[in-house]
Amino acid sequence: MSDAPGGKLWWRSLEEAADGPELAALLARQYPSQAEAWIDPLRRRDFLRLMAASLALGGLASCSSQPREEIVPYVHAPENLVPGKPLFYATALALGGLGTGVLVESHLGRPTKVEGNPLHPASLGATDVFAQAAVLGLYDPDRSQALTYVGAIRPWSEFLAVLRSARGVARARRGAGLRILTETVTSPTLAAELAAVLHDFPEARWHQWEPAGRDTARAGARLAFGEDADTRYALADADVIVALDADFLGCGPAHLRSVREFAARRRPDGRGMNRLYVVESGLTPTGARADHRLPCRAGEVEDVARALAAALGVAGAGGAPPAADARWVAAVARDLAAHRGRSAVIPGEQQPAVVHALAHAINAALGNVGKTVVHTAPVEARPEDQLASLRALTADMDAGRVELLLVLGGNPVYTAPADVPFAAALAKVPLRVHLGLYADETAELCHWHVPEAHPLEAWGDVRAYDGTVTIQQPLIAPLYGGRSALELLAAFGERPERGGREIVREHWQGARPGADFEAAWRRWLHDGVVPGTALAPKTVAVRPDVLRAAPRAAGAGLEVVFRPDPTLHDGRFANNAWLEELPKPITSVTWDNPVLLGPAAAERLGVASEDEVELEHGGRKVRAPVFVVPGHADGSLTVLLGHGRRRAGRVGTGVGFDAYGLRTADAPWIADGVTLRRTGRRRPLATVQHHHRMEGRDVVRTLTVGEHEAHAEPEVSLYPSVAYPGHRWGMAIDLSTCVGCNACVVACQAENNVPVVGRTEVLRGREMHWLRVDSYHAGESANPETHFMPVPCMQCENAPCEVVCPVEATVHSAEGLNDMVYNRCVGTRYCSNNCPYKVRRFNFFQYADWETESLVALRNPDVSVRSRGVMEKCTYCVQRITHARIRAEEESRPIRDGELVTACQQACPAEAIVFGDLNDPQSRVVKLKAEARSYALLEELNTRPRTTYLAAVKNPNPELAT
Amino acid sequence: MSTADTPRTSAPAPVIEPGHTFASITDKISAIVLTRRTTLAWLIGFALSASLLGVLIVSITWLLVAGVGIWGINIPVGWGFAITNFVWWIGIGHAGTLISAILLLLRQEWRQSINRFAEAMTIFAVMCAGLFPLLHMGRPWFFYWLMPYPNTMGLWPQFRSPLVWDVFAVATYFTISLMFWYIGLIPDFATLRDRSQSRAGRVAYGTLAMGWRGSARHWQRYETAYLLLAGLATPLVVSVHTVVSCDFAVTQLPGWHSTIFPPYFVAGAIFSGFAMVTTLAIPLRAIYGLEDFITERHLENMAKIILVTGLIVTYGYMMEAFMGWYSANPYERYVQWDRLVGAYGPAYWALILCNVVTPQVLWMKRARCNPVVLFVVALIVNVGMWLERFVIVVQSLHRDFLPSSWGMYYPTIWDWATFAGSLGLFLTLFFLFIRFMPMISIFEMRTILPEAEVKEPA
Repeated sequence: MSDAPGGKLWWRSLEEAADGPELAALLARQYPSQAEAWIDPLRRRDFLRLMAASLALGGLASCSSQPREEIVPYVHAPENLVPGKPLFYATALALGGLGTGVLVESHLGRPTKVEGNPLHPASLGATDVFAQAAVLGLYDPDRSQALTYVGAIRPWSEFLAVLRSARGVARARRGAGLRILTETVTSPTLAAELAAVLHDFPEARWHQWEPAGRDTARAGARLAFGEDADTRYALADADVIVALDADFLGCGPAHLRSVREFAARRRPDGRGMNRLYVVESGLTPTGARADHRLPCRAGEVEDVARALAAALGVAGAGGAPPAADARWVAAVARDLAAHRGRSAVIPGEQQPAVVHALAHAINAALGNVGKTVVHTAPVEARPEDQLASLRALTADMDAGRVELLLVLGGNPVYTAPADVPFAAALAKVPLRVHLGLYADETAELCHWHVPEAHPLEAWGDVRAYDGTVTIQQPLIAPLYGGRSALELLAAFGERPERGGREIVREHWQGARPGADFEAAWRRWLHDGVVPGTALAPKTVAVRPDVLRAAPRAAGAGLEVVFRPDPTLHDGRFANNAWLEELPKPITSVTWDNPVLLGPAAAERLGVASEDEVELEHGGRKVRAPVFVVPGHADGSLTVLLGHGRRRAGRVGTGVGFDAYGLRTADAPWIADGVTLRRTGRRRPLATVQHHHRMEGRDVVRTLTVGEHEAHAEPEVSLYPSVAYPGHRWGMAIDLSTCVGCNACVVACQAENNVPVVGRTEVLRGREMHWLRVDSYHAGESANPETHFMPVPCMQCENAPCEVVCPVEATVHSAEGLNDMVYNRCVGTRYCSNNCPYKVRRFNFFQYADWETESLVALRNPDVSVRSRGVMEKCTYCVQRITHARIRAEEESRPIRDGELVTACQQACPAEAIVFGDLNDPQSRVVKLKAEARSYALLEELNTRPRTTYLAAVKNPNPELAT
Repeated sequence: MSTADTPRTSAPAPVIEPGHTFASITDKISAIVLTRRTTLAWLIGFALSASLLGVLIVSITWLLVAGVGIWGINIPVGWGFAITNFVWWIGIGHAGTLISAILLLLRQEWRQSINRFAEAMTIFAVMCAGLFPLLHMGRPWFFYWLMPYPNTMGLWPQFRSPLVWDVFAVATYFTISLMFWYIGLIPDFATLRDRSQSRAGRVAYGTLAMGWRGSARHWQRYETAYLLLAGLATPLVVSVHTVVSCDFAVTQLPGWHSTIFPPYFVAGAIFSGFAMVTTLAIPLRAIYGLEDFITERHLENMAKIILVTGLIVTYGYMMEAFMGWYSANPYERYVQWDRLVGAYGPAYWALILCNVVTPQVLWMKRARCNPVVLFVVALIVNVGMWLERFVIVVQSLHRDFLPSSWGMYYPTIWDWATFAGSLGLFLTLFFLFIRFMPMISIFEMRTILPEAEVKEPA
């Protein structure tokens, strides 16, 4: 710039100056969204620590950015905004287009923690791992922070001008050449906005693509009923449940509710236990909870379903089960037949349409419809075959029929099936606009990238699995000036100046007019649900003869089953360090996505865990480590989507392998004829649990229903027991209901400022989670019984850690908690060595990031951030106890049972964790501890743990009991 | 030692070769410090040791900058090389105290020629040992919180914790050993002061000699003080390693929680200590031509002690394994079994080879009196005792009660560097000691000459 002829080159605006390569380079350096490339070679551990250095925009990203319109000092402090007293706001978080209601805790305008909304049908107060990790996603310093045109930063006004002129061009052509690509849309407002655009531009097209979508379920409903319908289950009334490769306890839009209803029937008291049968290929949390589980290739689930249908008299189902499974199928069929109207057959989303249709037919034949199984009109704004939609768009783009493409969220360049040349076709579109949270793979190939507002920053609305609408309200002004899809669409529409709140409010004012709208609106926002929006049951009939489909071609060779990752979903959470480091249920693998296979297959193929293999399917190859999972069906491989991102950010780029590289449009979930070859290399996997056998030790106790365990003898001691006249906190964990979803682990991490350590440190055995969910396999490895055991600190009465600490850094409190005094700890680690439960965690390095400004805002202000060299562990959320105590004292009343919940308890969809005062004989925890199946882990050591367990109870079918 | 009342084919070797006089002893020992040229062996040895010391300094610096995470420790294995090294070094120190205090009280004359450098070894070993508990802390700058001192926090250390006992035990041990060693050196410092040719030497040794003139009153006070300190040091031989063993025995960890630990650790300490004395004595004797003073008799006596303590340690191993089985405690049984066949099995079998099998060579007199054989055996025992501590610390921790928390410990380059560095510190100090101080007690050697015997007036 400086050596232009004739002296200085003057520039009038920063934008103009930005055309120079130096400044562009400088800006590219300053913006971390562009910075992945040069940070790439570093280890992930360093990434987290280097976040500060990269956050040159820290000033803009300051923790509590206020709306920019006016700045008014707190001459009169806003009502209810009291430092130290969090406020909770109801909103919803969507996954796959379907919302889960949440309450977000906000400290002085900073959202710090997500809890479930008890009023919301899909939450009932519980949360999943994604909701718990949403706050880290919000504060992620790698989110794209500036609007860019081909990588260079541009002002919104310039983008708006381009968009308006494109609108003019499109208008002249009635919208021909205009394409909008979204993820699954259930939002009534967004649907209305899209409809308005399509009305204005009749030749325009709207496409939807969701890589982990529900195409099979939609197709199944259409096959069975001839029309679109959604199915939901009322499992509280189901005595017998059959899951056809359905992980309904582990994922899906209603899984929190399913777990709640399922768990309520897994306690031996009360309404009687349900019985769960699971046919599946991989071992899922649902399979682990099954009373009877049948490992089976995913492709053969259809045979089992047909046999089951035939046994139950469904016309035209035909087919016989594989001989080995005949007895199993017959017993299940008899059990189902004995529970007509009180059973449910649930098909899995990876299963083909015909299995869904079979399940619908079986449920209809059993008279379950309207009782345990409810069909409704579809929740989605426009149900469609999304794969076909994406293919149509790709074909249009390839043929040059697309002039302007608006990608509103999603990352199709990364998620498109390998044989759909989306990226190549995309390059032929003259004007491409991408709206996204990250400057990801799709942003890279688009001209314009608009930073998206995080769901916690934006107005919107979303439907739950049953249609219930939640108005999403922002907890904070967009940190990086992001726009929501609604706002971007509005910018393209008639009135570009409207903000998100205005758009949503206008829509609802139109939908629910009335004089009391304002009061109703406030009520909706307050409650987090719009009443009366749940979809009514719809009568649909299974069409005859549709099941007489051509018999399935027998699968040849190995099959590979694609599943959304339990912690990264379809890859959208790849840059969320909490989710990357969250152990995946059962395998406990972090920071990776190995190919999962069964022990028999591993032996036959000559591979062991951590061996690297090359998978080949249809000429496409990927390399990945393998992991042997007991109970995984023979002849079947499971791969998890969502890894191997090229442009995820500093955390997620290059973690694991990209399974989309194997996934084709004709076999999006189950692909046959895969070959596996050892490469001879080893790829260590960062697992947090290396040993899944109990070694004959009394760890997880199991009972069958009706069996009662003798209660342990009262403790005898020479010493007088310590009196706790005030409160005496304790916890009971029900192993019967825990589904191992790990939501409690992330909830604990978010609540207690637990740091992330990175893959290398996990490999060294230094993960920091205060609460872990152990999984154990018992019995034959081909089809073991699997149990989950959440292990927080036991808060021992005779705590072995306390006596060995030389500096009294861990001591008993007056309420019996085993307190950890971080400031006093000198880090001898003696306490951990003497802890039989190994629940203590040590800061071997400075794990907590003290530098990255946005992450400072994330922290719970009630919990100390620990420094290097200090031991830490579960505190029973002592900060929540203190809050409850203060509240009770203010109101001059005792702390009520149930008013005080720990973070893990609050998140748990199964209500497996119950915390309370052992001095209160009426408290739930005391009643649970009085149950015959209550026991203390390693009680023979006389540590007298405050945390105790309830033995897992199984309800096997006597007919199948061998 | 033995009396001649049993018929023997040969009389026991003398503790000093015949033909020496007061003057020749003084000349020979003081010459090493004052007049003889610094040997090439010393220079090379010192250079190597000092480089290792440099490694230690780099390791410690990096440790303080980055944190204990540079080592391979984790959860469940919270203690690794650092505590292994601590126990090993402190064990080595024990031989010095045993030689100087207990053998003094038992009037074992043969100790005179080895006690000085054995005591020096004790002090240097305790210094190395003391480093590790300090460095292994997550926040070593707060080490003083382990000591009882009046403070604004109003807190004492936690007296139930064996780590606090350690602080007292090791601090006492170091103080007593240092005083014992120094007081024993005073008469020799005076000798060096008197014989030194240089002004610097005279000033330095003169200061250290604290005005020693050798008067009868000096000698009388010296004898009293020395005997008192010997009396104080004697219980330390037993107590220090007992306390160290409590670091383990007091916990409830299978493999640590064991009543046999105190005697077994003390025996192990003396075993490794004598091995280290032997390791040092044999090269010294050869390089400085001290065969006259450190005779075959000394070597044989030390070999016998190694053999005896080795057998006690063997008994300890047997009892540990037996009790693991006999207790019928599944965790205890598993740890013992894992010790034999688990991931650290090779380390266990190596230690059995080093500590149980190898010392059996010493049943043979020829082996006991052969410096080369004895040197090799002693080196092997040193390695074996280090392995023993490693197995106790790491193998017990890596698989405890809940299979879900089982893990592995792999030492990192910094684990090794710190360990090697501590050897560097020890050897550097030792090389300086043999260069600047009389490595054998001059005046005590003189007392074992026949001339020194006081004839009772008839």
